[in-house]
Amino acid sequence: MSSVHIASPLRDYTRGAATVAAEGSTVAELLADLERRYPGMRFRMIDEQQRIRPHIRIFVATREIRDLQQPVAPQEPVHLLCALSGG
Amino acid sequence: MTTPTLWIGTRKGAFALRPDRRRRHWTLRGPLFLGHVIQHIVQDPRAPNTLLLGAKTGHLGPTVYRSLDRGRKWLEVSTPPAFRKSESAEAARAVERVFWLTPGHRDQPGVWYAGTSPAGLFRSEDSGSTWAPVSGFNDHPMFPQWAPGWKTPDGELLHSILIDPRDARHIYLAISIGGIFESTDGGSNWAPLNEGVSADFLPDPSVAFGHDPHCVVMHPRNPDRLYQQNHCGIYRLDRPARRWERIGRAMPAKVGDIGFPIVLHPQDPDTAWVLPMDGTSVWPRTSVGGRPAVYRTYNGGKSWQRRDRGLPRSRAWLTVLRQAMCGDLEARSGLYFGTTGGEVWASINGGDSWHCIAQRLPEIHSVTAAVH
Repeated sequence: MSSVHIASPLRDYTRGAATVAAEGSTVAELLADLERRYPGMRFRMIDEQQRIRPHIRIFVATREIRDLQQPVAPQEPVHLLCALSGG
Repeated sequence: MTTPTLWIGTRKGAFALRPDRRRRHWTLRGPLFLGHVIQHIVQDPRAPNTLLLGAKTGHLGPTVYRSLDRGRKWLEVSTPPAFRKSESAEAARAVERVFWLTPGHRDQPGVWYAGTSPAGLFRSEDSGSTWAPVSGFNDHPMFPQWAPGWKTPDGELLHSILIDPRDARHIYLAISIGGIFESTDGGSNWAPLNEGVSADFLPDPSVAFGHDPHCVVMHPRNPDRLYQQNHCGIYRLDRPARRWERIGRAMPAKVGDIGFPIVLHPQDPDTAWVLPMDGTSVWPRTSVGGRPAVYRTYNGGKSWQRRDRGLPRSRAWLTVLRQAMCGDLEARSGLYFGTTGGEVWASINGGDSWHCIAQRLPEIHSVTAAVH
């Protein structure tokens, strides 16, 4: 189980929680688990071609992830961030 | 007679304006979805408690929210519009914004259509809860040429989805840039419908598609009567003819016939209103000469009258986007428009005079009337 830090624009889905728990041995699995717990959240971050949206950043520990098949080790924290995108 | 609620979609949220009985004083409600980019808010005339709203944020992908109680509570739909997964990277499209929403035919309750950027047509059969691509258009063999993914400032926009009230299978849509397309079989097949329309930004101005319709409207009482405000002028088409007539030629030459919205009278197919903007040189798209005016025709575009009483007399460079002007849903002669500078203007006498009913809102994308 990983601790997932949720950027503020996504917290409508987590009922305001800044940190939630999710499990998965890859980023894709972890996002699928998040989608089960918080329906609708994944599509706001990942488009229909399975690409991370332009202003979303995903970090596992301190590694930025661009491939959703990257592994997530047990207990590794995950950060779902919204990149600064101007006014 | 009921008074309308005006729904205002802005780059920073949604607002609603409610008038008193005489429509002189308006009360602003909102913001709803503060900070969200709201593109279009549309009521279902078949089920007036239902409204849909196309939204995204600066960071998050596009989605649709639905209200089942006339806009008091909103919930995100379960499956927003999305293209099918493509194996080809070149053909792999992702919806960036849900730009346009159209309720379906009255005999198909629950059916809605959505137009997106990049251009895509989507259909819902459950009042907007789940959406699927309309394969007949999005996967049409000509689609890569009709909608090659032009990187115009807000992307390639699919809009003006029009359902013939006499026949649910007869559908028009427009792409800016791409042109107008028609289906007579419920969306399985499509053909361009741009004959007579100028495309003076292309090397061949007589192309079959590639035009830039800004806004296309069909008259509800006479669905054979179409009008369009195009990048290259104002046009009318009376079906079954296929050649558009440039009725904007009758506009004053100094004003021109360029703009974004065109609005029809709900009962009279010969009455229409446009809001000209400067289309010269670098296409400023602001009120011509800094003097905003609405132009009205009573005769299908044979002649136009300037209507500007109450609007700023000078030094006002307003921009009004294609979804940001509308009329009353009934014959009350109400007209409304919102500017990218955050003002909403109203006329209750067919455009003869205007008054400002809201200021200092965010950049306005859409103004739509709903029955209260």
